[in-house]
Parts: sequence; structure tokens; C-alpha cells
Amino acid sequence: MTRRARLWLVLLGGAGLAALLAAACLRLPAFGGARHPYGDRAVAAALARRTANTIASVNFDQRAFDTMGEMSILFAAVLGCVVLLRQARDEHRDPPRPAEVAAPVRRYALLTLPVALVTGLYVIAHGQLSPGGGFQGGVVAATSLHLMYLGADYAALERVRPVEAYEITDALSASAYLVLGFAGVLAGAAFLANTLLPLGTFNTLSSGGVVPLLNAAIGMEVACAVVVLLARFLDQAVEIEEESGE
Amino acid sequence: MHVLPYLVAAYVFLIGCYGLATSRNLIHAVGCLAVCQSATYVLLLAVGYRDGATAPVFSDIAPGSRPVVDPVVQALTLTDVVVGATVTALLLALTVQISKRHGTVDPDELRELRG
Repeated sequence: MTRRARLWLVLLGGAGLAALLAAACLRLPAFGGARHPYGDRAVAAALARRTANTIASVNFDQRAFDTMGEMSILFAAVLGCVVLLRQARDEHRDPPRPAEVAAPVRRYALLTLPVALVTGLYVIAHGQLSPGGGFQGGVVAATSLHLMYLGADYAALERVRPVEAYEITDALSASAYLVLGFAGVLAGAAFLANTLLPLGTFNTLSSGGVVPLLNAAIGMEVACAVVVLLARFLDQAVEIEEESGE
Repeated sequence: MHVLPYLVAAYVFLIGCYGLATSRNLIHAVGCLAVCQSATYVLLLAVGYRDGATAPVFSDIAPGSRPVVDPVVQALTLTDVVVGATVTALLLALTVQISKRHGTVDPDELRELRG
């Protein structure tokens, strides 16, 4: 099929789909309406389990099993990237050359690194109380380490980021989530049921039963997964070179 | 006015599809897929919105004192963002390998199989 014919086909199909979507939009409940039966029930359930952040309660208590699926997707994607971006037979590793960094950039990056790291850990730790949680905080914590790459160079980043350790921690935190789930079964309730721990006082760090623990496991998993992913991509960009003889 | 957010979601999805179909570069195509996916964020958040409501977080407001938006779709959006990011990473890794093995990232030049 020529590009022109394909474009016409896309426009035709797109016009049909646009008409169907517009018709569907007109029949949806009005934007901003007051009727949210699932939302109201989720808020009531979260308050009953003394979790201040309803979204954390939905993710790690009411829909904890779905979050396990999401975690498996993340884990599988990281595994896929590690396999795809490995060093091939016709490639070799060049040790990265030390790079010149402007003094203000270096100073600013090294100043922000600990602040960003602590912010990430704070967002993970307060996931059950305030906006944020394991997913968001994990990404902040993982990217904060890469300020080392901006502020110094790749060799410095590799020293603060032993990839093997992060790969192992990634797997360990994924299994920690599963173990917490099975602990519910052993305690006589269901898989990932929030009955294991006392619910605590509303709006304190230890409230919400098993939610803070699952949240921390996810935070660790996401942080390690992002570090490993970025490491694989950076390796491709910085270290791995094709053999010149090809 | 009450259908505008839904129409925006449909528009973002369609424009992403158009980009995917006419893309001449796999990296651009991965970006277009991310655009398609952001349509679902707009749709989900629009479905969960409630007039005059705030975030469903009760660390600084008393429960019941103010209406809150639907937390279920917000959690679904969070799932969506995470899955979208991992899919993007995986597709970009595939693009890196395609570029290495075939020397091109133009999908039109990747027609024939190579052993």
C-alpha cells in the first residue's frame, strides 16, 4: 500500500471513530456530576480502615491484588529491557571518559541530590497520609541518584549505583509484596487482606494496617526498577560501543 | 460545556493515532503511543470529577467537610501512568535494538525480513 492510500484509509477510519467517540461522549454522565457510587464507597472504606490518603487505600488495600499485577508488569518490563539492552557479542565496553562539568552545575547538582533523595523517601513514607506514595516517591528517589551523572560524570554515578545490588533489591521488594500477601493467608484471612496489623490512629505514620508496608515495598521496587532501566539505557549511550571491524 | 473534557480525551486519542499511522520514525511512534495513552488519563480524571470537589486526601481536611473527587479513577490513572512508562521503556529498548541491527528507525524501511 502506498503512503497516500494508507493516509486516506487512516483518515476514513479516524473520521468514523471520531463520530462514534463524539456520540459516546454525548451519552456519558455529565462532567462534574454528583453521582459517584464507587468513589463514595471507596472513601467510606478508606476511612473505616483509617487510611487518610484514599488513593493509597484503593491501591494497597481495596485493589491490592491489581497493584500486584501492576508491579508484575513493571518487573516484567524491566526484565525485558535488561535482556534487550544487554551487551551483544559484536559489542565491547569502553570505559567512560571523565567529563568536564561547569563548577556551578556541579555545586548545584551535588547540593540538590540529598534534598531530592530525602524528598523521594518522604513521599514514599507518607504515601498513606498525603498525596504521593510508593510509585511517585520511588521515581523521585531513583532520579535523584542520577544528579550524580549531571554533577560529576558517569564513573561517579556507577560508584553510587551498583546495578547488581539494585537488580537484587528489585526482586526482593517484589517478593516482599507477595510475602505480605501470603502473610494474610497464614493469618487466616484472604490473600493481601488488610487484617494482619492493627489499624492504628487515623492520620499517623503507622495507620492503615498493612498499607504502609505494601507502599514501602512498592516504593523500593519502583526506585530499583527505574535505576536499573536508566542504567541499561545509559550503558547503551555511554559505554557500549560496536566493534569497529563490523 | 459538560462534554468538553470527554471530547478533549477523544481528540488527544485520535491525534495520537494519526501520528502513529503516519510516523516515519519509531521513536516518534513511541511518543505518539504515549499521546494516545494520555487520552485515557484525561478521560479517567474527567469521569471522576465532581463540581467544587477537592483531592480525596484527608490528612488536612476533616472527612465529610468537603466533597472529594472519585478516588477509584485516580488510582486507575496512577496504574495507567506506571504501565505507560514501562511500555515506553520496553518499546524504546526494542527501537535501540532495531536501530543497531537494521541501521534504520523508519518503519517503512523495515518491511522485509532479514535472517
